[in-house]
Amino acid sequence: MSRSGRIAIVLGLFACAVVLVVFSAMAYVGTEPYTVSYLGAQPSGQPVHLVMQTDGVGGCTSQLNQCVHPTWVSYRIRTPRTHHFLHTSLVELPAHTRIDVTVYQFDSGGPLRNQQWGRVTGTTGTSATLDGRTFKVLNSYKTTIGHTFTVPALGINVPLRGNTTKKKGFCTEGPCNPSTQLHQTITFSFTTPGVGNYHFQCFIPCGAGHYAGNGGPMQTLGYMGGFLEVRA
Amino acid sequence: MSDESGTQGQSGAGAHGSQGQPIRHFRRLVPVWLLLALACDLIWWFVAGPHVPPGDMSDVARGAQFDFNVLFLAAAPVVLGVWVYMAYALWMWRESRGAEPISQETALGNFKVQFWWIAITTVVVLGAFVFGTVELILPAGAGGGEGPNPIWTPTTKTILPVQVIAQQWKFTYRYPTFGGMETDTLVLPNNTEIAFHVTSLDVIHSFWAYQIGVKADANPQVDNVAYAKTAQTGTFTVRCSELCGIWHGAMYDYGKVVSKAAFEKWALTTERKQADNTKYLPPFAWTYAPTANGATGVTGTNTSTQAPFSKQEHYGATPARKLVKTPATATPTTGT
Repeated sequence: MSRSGRIAIVLGLFACAVVLVVFSAMAYVGTEPYTVSYLGAQPSGQPVHLVMQTDGVGGCTSQLNQCVHPTWVSYRIRTPRTHHFLHTSLVELPAHTRIDVTVYQFDSGGPLRNQQWGRVTGTTGTSATLDGRTFKVLNSYKTTIGHTFTVPALGINVPLRGNTTKKKGFCTEGPCNPSTQLHQTITFSFTTPGVGNYHFQCFIPCGAGHYAGNGGPMQTLGYMGGFLEVRA
Repeated sequence: MSDESGTQGQSGAGAHGSQGQPIRHFRRLVPVWLLLALACDLIWWFVAGPHVPPGDMSDVARGAQFDFNVLFLAAAPVVLGVWVYMAYALWMWRESRGAEPISQETALGNFKVQFWWIAITTVVVLGAFVFGTVELILPAGAGGGEGPNPIWTPTTKTILPVQVIAQQWKFTYRYPTFGGMETDTLVLPNNTEIAFHVTSLDVIHSFWAYQIGVKADANPQVDNVAYAKTAQTGTFTVRCSELCGIWHGAMYDYGKVVSKAAFEKWALTTERKQADNTKYLPPFAWTYAPTANGATGVTGTNTSTQAPFSKQEHYGATPARKLVKTPATATPTTGT
């Protein structure tokens, strides 16, 4: 083969490699879930009302890249202005601010692998409310727990009681509607610390079908684990 | 590097001194090397040594620190010997001084140099081997996980058992002699032998209490026992040292070693505070089954077939207190 032919082949392969790398990088960047920002949602110093839901089946939305695993269990976070539940687990919160959290829990439940996560910790008053009633501990062997909202670095843990799938109105695909579909409403408050990214996750192994229940949605950003991105 | 080695086969500069006497390279080098090695070892032992990780918060941490320092003390003279000789050779036999390369029979080697080189390095390596092996065992397993039936056990009679439960992605701790309470903070009494019973609820983790000098694998359905005797109050870091999933990097927390009085106050207070949840915990067992999870709807985490306590006396298990009464096994039950 002539010298120019060999050079053309090398350049062609190099171009292919560059395209492959760029495509992979863009695909990776593109799969990062959307970040819901609560910055400026309230006047400075006022409590922020963070609303989330947990769905047994995440379903699809019109959002880009949100139909990759439509059957996986997932958190959804409500936008502060449009009040849409977005399929994400990234949320921006103001620092040193009281956060009043409401979680609509639509998923079914079971016993915890470690009942320690049935105890409320790290919230204001070390308690939460379940459908309006204050509680500090849930016995997961009796009531079943669908998920937990746990921020290990902040010592926050709130068990989210499960629903029974046999009851009418059980939500089979997210986003679920708190007005019409069966759910538990859990509320609690906490105060954000200084600036930083604080990882939160569910501590019930809810990745059914994966080893020890901890694969799939438990290990994928945008589903059962994410970050509280605390900003100034 | 004998005296003769510097004279044999050397021509030009480096073979003879200004008076025509053969240069004794070995006698030149040894004092320099000895001085440097002594200075380096002394500085290390007295200045850097006390700060070498993992510190001295426990007997096993002190042991690890001692091992690092001893190995450094042994290695530094060897390194310096090579460096000093290399520097001397570069200076002594540089071309500008008229040195010429040795050749023919003079390049075949020197029996005395080779003998002592092999003898000394053999002694150093075998010494490091014996020393390292002994130090891996003492004291009481040197902070490493010894499995469910430890061979090297502490001589102390009173031991505080603490169960370390790893799960994706957090450690929790259970104190069987304090009502079987479970906490997410590790608090230990000072001057006390601790038996860490390390296990996992799901996948393979590793419990690494850095400043305590304890590192033990956390495997599901395995009770991996590691010992350490606390020797200093303070805070230590706990990390998972086995890549265990996406949030592995977030699987850390901080433990505390406090005075015995402070520990007992904390333990009794925590036991009382945790009572509302402790009553729901499964019976205490040394191991747990990873299948016991909400995803499968199956409970029954107690899979241990061992007696919950060994024959050793346990810290906190005074006659005034009752040990946790647990069955050896529990039958899994279907969840709701």
